[in-house]
Amino acid sequence: MTPPMNDIIRRSAAAQAAALNAGEVSSEELTRAHLDRISAVDGDLNAFLHVDQDAALATARDIDSRRADGEELHALAGVPIAVKDVVVTEGQPTTAGSKILEGWIPPYDATLVTALREAGLPILGKTNMDEFAMGSSTETSAYGPTRNPWDRDRIPGGSGGGSAAAVGSYEAPLAIGTDTGGSIRQPGAVTGTVGVKPTYGSVSRYGLIAMASSLDQAGPVTRTVEDSALLHELIAGHDPHDSTSLTDPVGSFAAAARSKDVKGLRVGVIEELEGEGFAPEVSARFTESLEQLERAGAEIVRVSCPNFRYALGAYYLIMPSEASSNLAKFDGMRFGLRVIPEDHPTAENVMKATRGAGFGDEVKRRILLGTYALSAGYFDAYYGSAQKVRTLVQRDFAAAFEQVDVLASPTSPTVAFRLGEKVDDPMAMYMNDIATIPANLAGTPGISIPSGLAEDGLPAGIQFLAPARADERLYRVGGALEALLEDSWGGPLLAKAPELTSGAK
Amino acid sequence: MCLMPSIGRDDVARLADLARIQLTDEEIDRFAGEFDSIMDAVASVSEVATEDVPATSHPIAMTNVFREDVVENTLTQEQALAGAPDAQDGRFAVPQILGEE
Amino acid sequence: MSAATDIELVDYDEAISRFDPVLGIEVHVELGTATKMFDGAPNIFAAEPNTAITPTSLGLPGALPVVNHKAVEYAIRIGLALNCSIAENCRFSRKQYFYPDLTKNFQTSQYDEPICYEGWVDVELEDGEIIRVEIERAHMEEDAGKNTHVGGSTGRIHGATHSQVDYNRAGVPLVEIVTKPIPNTKGRAPEVAAAYVRTLRDIFRALDVSEAKMERGNVRADINVSLRENPEAELGTRTETKNVNSFRSIERTVRYEISRQAGVLDAGEKIIQETRHFHEDTGGTSSGRPKSDAEDYRYFPEPDLVPVAPSREWVEEIRGSLPELPAARRRRLLGEWGFTDLEMRDAINAGALDLIESTVAAGTSAQSARKWWMGELARVAREQDSELEELAVTPAQIAELQGLVDGKKINDKIAKQVLTKVLSGQGDPAAIVEKDGLAVVSDDSVLTGAVDQAIADNPDVVAKIQGGKIQAIGALIGPIMKATRGQADAGRVREIIMEKLGVS
Ligand SMILES: [Mg+2]
Ligand SMILES: [Zn+2]
Repeated sequence: MTPPMNDIIRRSAAAQAAALNAGEVSSEELTRAHLDRISAVDGDLNAFLHVDQDAALATARDIDSRRADGEELHALAGVPIAVKDVVVTEGQPTTAGSKILEGWIPPYDATLVTALREAGLPILGKTNMDEFAMGSSTETSAYGPTRNPWDRDRIPGGSGGGSAAAVGSYEAPLAIGTDTGGSIRQPGAVTGTVGVKPTYGSVSRYGLIAMASSLDQAGPVTRTVEDSALLHELIAGHDPHDSTSLTDPVGSFAAAARSKDVKGLRVGVIEELEGEGFAPEVSARFTESLEQLERAGAEIVRVSCPNFRYALGAYYLIMPSEASSNLAKFDGMRFGLRVIPEDHPTAENVMKATRGAGFGDEVKRRILLGTYALSAGYFDAYYGSAQKVRTLVQRDFAAAFEQVDVLASPTSPTVAFRLGEKVDDPMAMYMNDIATIPANLAGTPGISIPSGLAEDGLPAGIQFLAPARADERLYRVGGALEALLEDSWGGPLLAKAPELTSGAK
Repeated sequence: MCLMPSIGRDDVARLADLARIQLTDEEIDRFAGEFDSIMDAVASVSEVATEDVPATSHPIAMTNVFREDVVENTLTQEQALAGAPDAQDGRFAVPQILGEE
Repeated sequence: MSAATDIELVDYDEAISRFDPVLGIEVHVELGTATKMFDGAPNIFAAEPNTAITPTSLGLPGALPVVNHKAVEYAIRIGLALNCSIAENCRFSRKQYFYPDLTKNFQTSQYDEPICYEGWVDVELEDGEIIRVEIERAHMEEDAGKNTHVGGSTGRIHGATHSQVDYNRAGVPLVEIVTKPIPNTKGRAPEVAAAYVRTLRDIFRALDVSEAKMERGNVRADINVSLRENPEAELGTRTETKNVNSFRSIERTVRYEISRQAGVLDAGEKIIQETRHFHEDTGGTSSGRPKSDAEDYRYFPEPDLVPVAPSREWVEEIRGSLPELPAARRRRLLGEWGFTDLEMRDAINAGALDLIESTVAAGTSAQSARKWWMGELARVAREQDSELEELAVTPAQIAELQGLVDGKKINDKIAKQVLTKVLSGQGDPAAIVEKDGLAVVSDDSVLTGAVDQAIADNPDVVAKIQGGKIQAIGALIGPIMKATRGQADAGRVREIIMEKLGVS
């Protein structure tokens, strides 16, 4: 790879788009450079489950010729992107990280993929993830874990570890993630990247392989706040194929990200999401970030959200309940894996054998828990109660947002842990999502941006939360803090990551 | 707080049956060993889920989202069957179904 | 095998004399929308397998449902026609069980919050007695795909080696109407059950929400039957016989279950609450899958759909647009047409009501219209083994034909000939009469010759007439009609004969 290309793939997506516009580089060159980077480093990282070089280059060439013809193009046209493998792509394999979907080629595109194709973003491929997005470490993928670019013995977060690692290692300037309990934000925090979970309904769920319908939301995974804003603007908007899609006009997220103005902004620190359980250096970076904001004119207020302590419990009832139902369709009858048992291969037994062989441990665990929570006699105590907690969490948010404009907490209690460290302890794994889950329960938007290096010299993240439909505020505060912190660090945090010198695919 | 009955091997086996998942003995043992502590941890929701609190099933409340009665998005038979583990005569071929007629 | 298989059936009349039957009926009707309940797949009956589908109705990963506005409107129409309340707010739930004809392994249905609830419908029996059936609820849901069983001897599930599934029907909108227990039907329980379903069928057609063809499975009934010792006793345990698809089968199902359950009770055994299946060949029912995990449907609110909250304005708008319902129409027409109850019922059962009404609207008297449709045309339909409405003749053509008769252009006999020509596609009645020269001959110059000939040929008849036996004139008219190929104006012929013979 020529040094200029090595330099250009490290730029933000917005800067790459500017280079395309200026004719400094073609989309084909840019796309090829990213494909080369994937070949060079992904053997070790395993961020991609599938790379579609031909399709990506074809899109790139098409955009180049349209640009040459003087056609008016989308701001991000020609900038390549990676898509989490839970999002269906017509003609490209989609597995959701599961053996049960190995080799499945969807006959249709997710709505957000249609938006990407229409805007002319070459799709590099599909990124690795926890199986059916169930996990916080990408270790439950049936296709092997993704490794953290900062330390390849560590997890990249999950479930969207592949998207975060791809963006964090310059394999892609942009990626799509999905966030059901923190799967965009927590990987962002532990890889030193930016991730946004939009307001529920901001981005269409049509074509997202559902885990928990009332919690799932797709969003941007990037290296800068502005890039997230640009990508969010591209994929957001009303979709008549998703009954829960918002009809609101899409906000001016990029402008908010560029405003860099937090004067008078009231930032609430959630008392329930600090202290015990949070690593000291993670907490220290969080506090320093707040100090930066305060110096820039923001007002820091302490708020209490007392019902957040029940959020994890509510989440681990609602999510498995909905997942147990959403995953019933994977039965070996219409698509995907079919396992035929030797004796008595009836439809019922084929379903059982297929699901027994096709699902991994965590998926089985959650389906069984969800089946239990919904079964006769338990519904009211479990699912019903959890939905009430959801109301209480929403009330806590509403009360807090009477006092402040945004809320803040560390994104994840710790830096990236070691691969294998928590796989045998489901409860310990679930605790990773303690700070991210309330936003999913309430449908409110959240962003995670790097807050600095913490324990073991690994990145930590700070999360901001805003009221539903007020995603703009996240970009405003995120863009401002990002600039303040990068000033203090002398550049992006990712510049401090070790070089990936080996790991060819 | 309300104490839920503990989840034993038989319960796990019954749930696996209901969810159509074949489990090995080892898996049944392992899940049976885990589920009590997981359910204990989540059962705390009932502490605050009192009568007077309404349930929220959708994070953003909406009603009356409809589509017009117009054909769209159809797949061809070829597309439909392309991913099928087995197909015959334009139909999905599935193993012997026992039970209701 | 359970002991119940050895049960002796009790004679129906005897069973009724000792037990009080209670019915409960669940009717599923497929709505005649252009598309399915939750997606844009066409809702069509006959198509190549697996072509009327989208990612949603095929249950592909990632696909999502969106409610069909028209289907909701149709459900409300049905609810209003059945005198139900329409919910201010209702939602869909998932009914979860694994079965290969379900693409998602759950059926999206309504559980605790149906769109229509608490209604009633009056059902008229053969003899005119009216029974009011209370409706518990009517809710929206989706149909399943269709399994074809392969490798068994009879295409049945038992003995099949595998099955083939077509998902064209998966996701077709259904409304399920559930009655409250129907008491006090006594020996008429079978008739009440069939008449109730027939009443609903007619209402669906009048509302134009479904083609409502039983033989196509557009309307399917689950028949619940229980027995108790007397009308004051608590309800007995019921059985549910699924998917009974014709009125006759419904009657037979109820009859059989009453006899069978009486036998079980006489043997000192308990009725098992179970689903059963009706068998056309034997007229009996048999036990379905024993209920085990199928009982635990794990219902929960469908998280991919939002609640349906029909505004009161919309409901009133729909109420205002409801067509005249069959019972009211029947009452109106009975008054207007002056039919007897029996004539009316026959016309309804023959599916002739619309046809008669259109014929009357085109200017024919009700009795003449009835005579055509219930007489000659009913005979032709029987011969062709088809429905009246499928015959190649329109009410307007029948009205035109009767107009020719009324105007004495042709007589009844010629009219039948003309009808045959209409049915074979030769054109409209007046044109046929014109073209084939079938108009009645009342030209005296033609008729006088024929009369003279007949008088000359039949001196003995002439003698009788002149001897005072005026009715013998018929014996002269016959040959004259024959000679004029039936076209002679019989009245005028009679007058001429009487003039010639000098009788009056
Ligand atoms: Mg039923
Ligand atoms: Zn039903």
